[in-house]
Amino acid sequence: MSVTTAGDVASAGPPGKLVRPGRPGGRGRTASAYLMLAPVLVIFAVFLAYPLLGAFTTSLTDATGIGAARGVGLANYRDMLADPVFWRATGNTVLLTVVSVPLVLGSGLGLATLLLRNLPGRPVFRALFLAPYVISGVVVAMTGHWIFDENVGVVNRALRALGSDGVAWQSSSGAAMVSVLVMLVWARSGLAVIVYLAALQEVPQQLIEAATLDGAGRWQRLRYVVLPQLRPTTFFLAVIMVIETFRTFDVVYVMTKGGPQHATELLVTYSYAQGFAARAQGYGSAIGVTVFVVVLVGTVLWWRAQARTEADL
Amino acid sequence: MSAAVSLPAPVDAAPRPSGVRPTRGATAARFVAVLLLAAVWVFPLYWMAVTAVSPADAVREGRVPLVPTSPTLDGVRTAFTEYSVGPWILSSFAIATVAVALSVVLSLLAGYVLAKQEFPGKALVSLFVVATLMIPAEVVLIPQFDLIARIGWVNSFWAVIVPRAAEAFGVFLTRQFLLTLPDEMLEAARLDGAGELRILWSVVLPLCRPLIAVLVVVTFMYRWNEFALPLVVLRDPDLYTLPVGLAFLQGQYATDYPALMSGALLSSLPVLLLFVLAQRSFVSGLARTGLK
Repeated sequence: MSVTTAGDVASAGPPGKLVRPGRPGGRGRTASAYLMLAPVLVIFAVFLAYPLLGAFTTSLTDATGIGAARGVGLANYRDMLADPVFWRATGNTVLLTVVSVPLVLGSGLGLATLLLRNLPGRPVFRALFLAPYVISGVVVAMTGHWIFDENVGVVNRALRALGSDGVAWQSSSGAAMVSVLVMLVWARSGLAVIVYLAALQEVPQQLIEAATLDGAGRWQRLRYVVLPQLRPTTFFLAVIMVIETFRTFDVVYVMTKGGPQHATELLVTYSYAQGFAARAQGYGSAIGVTVFVVVLVGTVLWWRAQARTEADL
Repeated sequence: MSAAVSLPAPVDAAPRPSGVRPTRGATAARFVAVLLLAAVWVFPLYWMAVTAVSPADAVREGRVPLVPTSPTLDGVRTAFTEYSVGPWILSSFAIATVAVALSVVLSLLAGYVLAKQEFPGKALVSLFVVATLMIPAEVVLIPQFDLIARIGWVNSFWAVIVPRAAEAFGVFLTRQFLLTLPDEMLEAARLDGAGELRILWSVVLPLCRPLIAVLVVVTFMYRWNEFALPLVVLRDPDLYTLPVGLAFLQGQYATDYPALMSGALLSSLPVLLLFVLAQRSFVSGLARTGLK
């Protein structure tokens, strides 16, 4: 497999000097490097890069998955722009993002702040807040479907006990969206809690002490000392959560199926419905490509934030 | 040895702040607030468990008590006898186990090469691996399904295992972890004439336990919970994974909540258990990668 050539041994460098690992040179070493990389590279090429190309090319056809597909140019994209359900799904995705991401970050930071410093039982609490994040989206959706059941769900039972008539969580479009939003924020905030908790512990204590000596109160310290220190973390989390929200599939697919009347339809669920249920693969792919472009922009921002964060450290 | 551990320091080990010491009363108030919030936070999970052991008629009539008075395993029994929750659990376990093993091995191989070897084209390879992070699984679902159908893998577990056997996050986590490993150790082994696989196996691997723990728990969680891919490629109900089967039940028998919540509970217990046992690995892995 891997060969250490005589040349490598000879150029091992003087002791004490930082030796660069495996210098270029030995053809055997290059071959061994690529052999070890091969499985990962082949899988990425075959099951990600090639299908991505496929998404672009399919989006230019009228493919149904049966028989030959004909090229239709940009017709799918034109249809998309004229499709009210596409716009509904886009609006819902954007709305969900704009509302859920600040809620996730806010509850994450709030809970992390409460957990900071010597709180008894902190590891237990941290685990409890993270628990909804580690269970499957399908389970989150099933649980949401059950607690928000219009007739016998626990939420409406509580509301009725308080004298209200309960809310039509499944049949009213606004309420359905709220129920999805609640479950998504519940499922995702745990990540923000642990990331913020780790970041908060990196905030230099001297800064906080200095601010305290200068007479800054709790809120002023948070506003003027802690939050600026957390900016890279906040940016990192925000981008991740925007991407996650644009990719939301299982929770909505299982909890509401995008209903009632597309009230909770998202771009990804609509792409699935078109591509698989309606067998309009070309059209479904066009919607998928649209999501890809948005996520691409988000990911580039994420990488730049990552690089900046690492440069700061 | 400790130099090899680049994963973020476990939160509990962080130094205690010295200056702003909260009073005992303030801590008590904070404790009560956190306790209440945690109770609300965990309630849906609690309610899932309560429903799973409640009698079907009480659930149907919306009079399940907050604390179960007459717990029954009827829901669990229905899930196993009327619905195929048993085979679905086996499917999920088989797929998750093989996929995790494969992806740990492949991540170690690729991460080691990217961290510790120089070779022509390395920058390009790194860029390619980074680029795959930008391809959301949901976006390529349709062409991926077509490809799998052409390979003849519809209704085959390989369709779920192989596309996920390489994980960009695993490769990068491994690379980051190994970057901190002193090169001198490897050079010494190379001088002794050891090949790269030999070095990886006998020099690097013994130092990788915390890394492998993170890779195993996080990848297991991803595979165990995976939904969209198995949904489209596993068409035979006997082969469904647990999440796909549960989604199917939810669609068919939306109101048989005790059975549904039993299934949900069975799906959650393995990851929650793993999470409790390996909380540090979970926390550091998730805090580091972030992307689900």
